Amino acid sequence: MSTLTHDTAPATQPSASPRPATTAPRRTTPNALLSKGAVNGLLIIAAGYTLLPVTWLLFAATKNHRDLFATSGFAFGDFNLLANLRHVLTFNDGIYLRWFGNSVLYSVVGSAASTLICVATGYAFDKYDFHGKEKLFGLVLGGVLVPTTVIQLPMYLLATKAGIVNTYWALLLPALVNPFGVYLARVFSEGYVPNEVLEAARVDGAGELRTFARVSLPMLAPGFMTIFLFSFTASWNNFFGALVMLNDEQLYPVNLGLFMWNSVTQQQPEFYSLVITGSLVAVVPLVVAFVCLQRFWRSGLTAGAVK
Amino acid sequence: MALPLARPTRRPPSAKSRRPSARPSARPPARRPARSPSASRLRRSQRRTAALLITPFFVLFAVVMAAPIGYAVWMSLFQERSSGLGFGGTEQVFAGFGNYTKALADAGFRASFAHIALYCALYIPVMIGGSLALALLVDSALARAKRFFQLALFLPHAIPGLIASIIWIYLYTPGLSPVLEWIGAFGGSWDFYRNDHVLASLVNLSAWQWMGYNMVIFYAALQAVPREVIEAAVVDGAGALRTALQIKVPMIASAIVMTVLFTCVGAIQIFTEPKLLNQRGAPSIDTEWSPTLFIWKAGFVRHDYGLAAAASLMLAALGVVLSYLVTRLGNRWKAATS
Repeated sequence: MSTLTHDTAPATQPSASPRPATTAPRRTTPNALLSKGAVNGLLIIAAGYTLLPVTWLLFAATKNHRDLFATSGFAFGDFNLLANLRHVLTFNDGIYLRWFGNSVLYSVVGSAASTLICVATGYAFDKYDFHGKEKLFGLVLGGVLVPTTVIQLPMYLLATKAGIVNTYWALLLPALVNPFGVYLARVFSEGYVPNEVLEAARVDGAGELRTFARVSLPMLAPGFMTIFLFSFTASWNNFFGALVMLNDEQLYPVNLGLFMWNSVTQQQPEFYSLVITGSLVAVVPLVVAFVCLQRFWRSGLTAGAVK
Repeated sequence: MALPLARPTRRPPSAKSRRPSARPSARPPARRPARSPSASRLRRSQRRTAALLITPFFVLFAVVMAAPIGYAVWMSLFQERSSGLGFGGTEQVFAGFGNYTKALADAGFRASFAHIALYCALYIPVMIGGSLALALLVDSALARAKRFFQLALFLPHAIPGLIASIIWIYLYTPGLSPVLEWIGAFGGSWDFYRNDHVLASLVNLSAWQWMGYNMVIFYAALQAVPREVIEAAVVDGAGALRTALQIKVPMIASAIVMTVLFTCVGAIQIFTEPKLLNQRGAPSIDTEWSPTLFIWKAGFVRHDYGLAAAASLMLAALGVVLSYLVTRLGNRWKAATS
């Protein structure tokens, strides 16, 4: 312990101040200990706050309906996780799996296509000069500011006219447009694709499109991943859009399905374990993906935040 | 959103980057004497490629964003009037600003803005203050296990908003909730749905979801603060707290302004959380509690599309005004501190 305090005392009170050297160590040592305890204590409390609901979900998913109410939130009852899982996956002819598949379709396929479009657009904005470029880019930035919920109703009415309400397109099509992704792609293109590389490709006689596909796109891979993650989260989270656009249970994403189950829990409490276990099944892959891909979301947040 | 702030600093690199791409035309003979007329052809092919690359986005942009907005404007100008005694169906009549005045005259609509104003007054300080404090704590030299804390604090963001709301609503539910159990064990009692508690319950739900996300943004910005500046402050005798508040916080002003902006624009659209609280029967969260709930009800329950469109556009306008104000105030703050 004493070595620890010796280590930190000079670090916080650098040796550059020779004058109070005689008094400083004596005063800062207990202080440093105290503030180290305070800093880490506060962080532990905060982490407890963020982890508590998820931990509770884990516990709750292992209980049968009786234990859910009869036992304490953070105690085990009869271990019922496998039965609960079976119940979720088989209930109503396995509709949950269908919802899960739909979510994957909306989020993975939609985001991959949308990200490709964003990267192409952002790359063009960065690397090429064309007429009205900055004005068009201004339009993109304006698009970032438009709250999506606000255009949901007219979008629904237009989709009705086009006959795509209650089809996969009703959620896929809006997911393809991601103005913030274009903004990020432009930033990434500036950072990841040196102009000299394009010059070299041109000198070698490669066409512009070929250069984009074969040279620039691979260099933009981390940026692609980042934008993909952002748009994936947005579509996985898109509850309002699904609520507005879909009536057919077979097309629901997990979100909307759980919402529907949750809405009957007060009349039929046995739905509680369906919602709880269903939520856990939906959350676990996401959490795993986020932990694995943390460097991408971090670089996306940074690109958006730090000049 | 971040954009107005980030742009000025971003412009120089893009201006710089433009130059090299124009260079080949300036010195073609040295490299490729055979293709001297290629400069204009190169430029033409570049323009064609640019058009090809941006067209899909702008076509979709027109279909998915511009057209609905235009349609909303058009729709907001018409009202449905039932002809005769109401048996003859309805007809669309031009109403001018009728829908706008109708919305503004609607007590529920006005109340919804009062609700989110109150909500923002509580939520934004809690959220920004909380995530800033957490970022400063993680950034502090005293913090251990920084990676773990970052991950733990960010975790809620990996959970879809609807599921997060459901989990918390269960944690608010007597009989199901360990939190209420603990409160009870200490002899207290708390009703998360009671009128004077429900706003705090709502703020807690949103703060839980977004605090870690904003913390990561602030932490990234703090990492970019030059270490010399902080060392200089420490040499000058500033304590850790003073360094944090007077040196670090002003230096990440643009990240803070951007986050406030995002938070405001998100907060005025709040839908999922009050919808679920309403479903649970929280007495003071009615079906028109927030503007988006009002719009949803006007459009999908009352089928009054004109009213819903007018209300949507007013909400969008509020978003634009807020963004403008936040950016202005932010710029003034940055000017004052730098």
